[in-house]
Amino acid sequence: MLRRSLPLLLLFALLLSCAPEVEEPTITLWHSYRGGEREALEAVANQWDAEHPEVALELLAVPSKAYKSRLQSAIPRGNGPDLFIEAHELTGEWSGSGLLMPALLPSAHRQDAFASASIDALTFDDELWGVPIAVKSVALFQNRTMVAEAPPSFEAMLDAGRAVSDVALAYETGEFYFHAALMHAFGAEALGSDGYPTIDTPELIASWAFVRELTASGAVPPESDGATVSTLFNEGKVPFVINGPWLLGEIRDSIDYTVAPLPMLERTGERLQPYLTVEALFRAAHSDASTDSVMSLVGAIAGLDGSVVRAGTGRQIPALTIAREHPEIAADPVLAAFAAQADSAVAMPNRPEMSTVWEPAARGLRGALRGKDPAEMATRAQREIESFLGSREDRAKDSKPAHVAPVSPTPYVAATSLLLLFMAAWGIKTSRERQVVARARDSWRSYVYLAPAFVGMMAVVFIPFVVGAGVSLFAHYEGEFTFVGLRNFVRILTSDTYALTDPMNFWFTLVVTVLWTATNVALHVGIGLGLALLLRDPWMKMKGVYRVLLIVPWAVPNYITALIWKGMFNEQFGAINGVLGLAGVEPVAWFSQFATSFAANLCTNTWLGFPFMMVVTLGALQAIPRDLEEAAEVDGAGAWTRFRHVTLPLLKPALMPAVILGSVWTFNMFNVIYLVSAGDPDGGTEILISEAYKWAFTRQAQYGYASAYALLVFGILVLYTLVTKKVTGGEVT
Amino acid sequence: MNRRSTWWKHAILVPLTVATLYPVLWVVKMAVTPGEEFGLSANPFPTTVSLVNFETLLSEPLFWRQLLNSIIVAGITTVLGVALACSAAYAFSRFEFPGREASMNGLLVTQMFPGVIMAIPLYILLDVTGLLNSLSGLALCYATTSIPFCVWMLKGYFDTIPTELEQAAVIDGASQWTIFTKIILPLSRPAVAVTALFSFMTAWNEFILAATFMSKEEAFTLPVALQAYVGDRSTDWGLFAAGAILVSLPVMALFFLLQKQLVEGLTAGSVKG
Repeated sequence: MLRRSLPLLLLFALLLSCAPEVEEPTITLWHSYRGGEREALEAVANQWDAEHPEVALELLAVPSKAYKSRLQSAIPRGNGPDLFIEAHELTGEWSGSGLLMPALLPSAHRQDAFASASIDALTFDDELWGVPIAVKSVALFQNRTMVAEAPPSFEAMLDAGRAVSDVALAYETGEFYFHAALMHAFGAEALGSDGYPTIDTPELIASWAFVRELTASGAVPPESDGATVSTLFNEGKVPFVINGPWLLGEIRDSIDYTVAPLPMLERTGERLQPYLTVEALFRAAHSDASTDSVMSLVGAIAGLDGSVVRAGTGRQIPALTIAREHPEIAADPVLAAFAAQADSAVAMPNRPEMSTVWEPAARGLRGALRGKDPAEMATRAQREIESFLGSREDRAKDSKPAHVAPVSPTPYVAATSLLLLFMAAWGIKTSRERQVVARARDSWRSYVYLAPAFVGMMAVVFIPFVVGAGVSLFAHYEGEFTFVGLRNFVRILTSDTYALTDPMNFWFTLVVTVLWTATNVALHVGIGLGLALLLRDPWMKMKGVYRVLLIVPWAVPNYITALIWKGMFNEQFGAINGVLGLAGVEPVAWFSQFATSFAANLCTNTWLGFPFMMVVTLGALQAIPRDLEEAAEVDGAGAWTRFRHVTLPLLKPALMPAVILGSVWTFNMFNVIYLVSAGDPDGGTEILISEAYKWAFTRQAQYGYASAYALLVFGILVLYTLVTKKVTGGEVT
Repeated sequence: MNRRSTWWKHAILVPLTVATLYPVLWVVKMAVTPGEEFGLSANPFPTTVSLVNFETLLSEPLFWRQLLNSIIVAGITTVLGVALACSAAYAFSRFEFPGREASMNGLLVTQMFPGVIMAIPLYILLDVTGLLNSLSGLALCYATTSIPFCVWMLKGYFDTIPTELEQAAVIDGASQWTIFTKIILPLSRPAVAVTALFSFMTAWNEFILAATFMSKEEAFTLPVALQAYVGDRSTDWGLFAAGAILVSLPVMALFFLLQKQLVEGLTAGSVKG
């Protein structure tokens, strides 16, 4: 049956993939909206589509996690959309790397038809790169049942809140995006007027010290993610939260609330000004759609009618100023409040430098929240940023940082060709000596069996690997690749920028990774082996039930269970502190110390990984003849002696490969680190693979450095396997 | 073994099983309690039960289409992965040839390739070969990622099959291919079943590649649709959890059905016949 259905299935797949394409002018539009925003966009788009039968419109909603990587891989290859909707923050980077075409404003509107901040946000190098459709910022949500009056100031708000509840205000304190409102109230900015990051100014440090006071006094919970904030608000445990319009859909019907712009901070006399995000229609490079159609579609979405639909169904604040005065929008108190907030918000910088700020700034902020000296954290964050960008002086002179200076490729080409020649000669010589060709000819059959798998592996795994590895010889800086030879490797290994005790140091991370792998594998094997020995008893009742239930962690996708674990480790509301509380233990702030944060990761990954080892051991145990153990028992050997000297040696050949594979998987276990501890505290619990990821995607897109990092990870694993094979003396595969 | 002495085993196993199921119960609770947010209390049992989230998911216009895509992709991946892995594992287990050791190491080494550096080259490769936007291209990627582990498992199992049978068959004039398909494969049914399960799971749960490579929503697989409930700043936990349960159900069912084979199939290399 298998053989008959295989060609059928393949044929089916082929048919699906080659469905005939109708040649008709098409506009494709990508977005990552969901819920009401998506409904609204689709309503507007479908109406335009119906009115324009000469052009086909295709909408594609991409999950936000895959959205940026999809845009960045598809557009340069000419597979991108004609238009896409995205926040403005990467305008500088994308226009610089050729992903965008200059914006086409719909003929009915001039630039001044839109809120000026939204046009500024989309302008880079004196060019307008997108048409603004909506603006977003956080604002103040107030539970009216708990506190009826609107507070006149931030301080008054805290007092009013403290009067009715333990916690007065909740927001995502550890996120720099949310902190920006307070930062601006203190008169600080993330970037200076020249566009260079300024994280170590006295004003910014004062704002960090201020948040620390708030959390230390208990008025604001110290570690809250979005889920905690909305739960607190929904359960009536906090009267005030700072959050964006995305919270609207999550608030329970039973909560009577209002939204208002953020209040003034008495201490400085300034208002809290959040970051403003401008969502815009961008025209992707290589788009061949006719400008008339594009302009008409952009007009439909960004114009008055589209804005009204998007505001009504999608709860979006239009960027078009006349739309704000439309009765349906002006009369809606929530929309009006968000619109008012948007007017006093600060547009998030769109310069490429901004992408280097988020991670170091958040890390510094979190350190300050844990009670570290804010000034010290700020200096460190600034130093980190400088290591990505080069010093402010160099940048002012428009010279690039030293690590991207080009290197002559000649010696490398020469060395590589010499090496290849030498290897070829050596290969020919040894194969002659050992008569490889003759032996290979004799065993041609084996190659036939191997060929399909190897062709596939070659194409899909080896070639991308070699290409990706090649990138490690280049430096990527603001959209350009420069050949730098082995400099990336030298920089990583000599750790020129980061001290040995700095979590961003390669060797530091390596030690953490080894510790992570060793403890995980030990627990996986220990628990797996223990359970397998327990479940081995043929007479035991319910054996099958246990076996099925214990492998459940393996069957559920780990990207959801890891998130559940993260919630369980929450300091104030997590189940784990709840259970510990029953035993009289004080609540533990899991992610504020290295040991506990590491333990949280370890616990999650142990839970994910022990079922595999258990099943492997169960299988291996089945194949071990019982008579040997029984003979040992007759000879008077105790249970431990029997296990140690009879069972374990017999299990070893089956367990060794599983242990090696398990170590390799754990070594590269990105999901758990990323989703549970996210590197906290201070990036200390980061492992090599998650660091490599950060170099590639959040630290100024240093692909070359990231690739060198990944190659070193690869080298370490190969070395580990070789050594293990030598030590155990066994065949691994 | 003594029948009376098992109570202490239950005393260990029951708390461990409870601890194992606890996070999963939370997923179920979030799925059946609309408006219930994250795991922020100790009680993992739902207080009210509502199937609204499941109804919403099942009435998504593209749900069935995407389910079909998932089945097709996972199906092709399984068939392709198992076929390629079986023949390669057979060669490794039964033949001596130059390059055997090296290629086996090569397979193991692929498990160590960090995905970070391969995503963009892989995209370009699929684009050049015209496999972008096709379910079969996606399946090809998944199948090759699952091959090394499958080969490792199958080879271990093949090694445990005594060679006497094959020798007898050779005397009767059977070809290598007949021996492979008529003797080895039928004897290795548990290992093949497990291999199939792993290939299936690889394809069934993946979403990053699928969301990057497919150009239409009609071509997305279920996990991609599931990720659409996760936003940048907020997540629809109820729908996400309900979706995760729907996605895991087939895998759990397979685990349940194949649990005997799972144990037998993984005897990899323990005893040589």
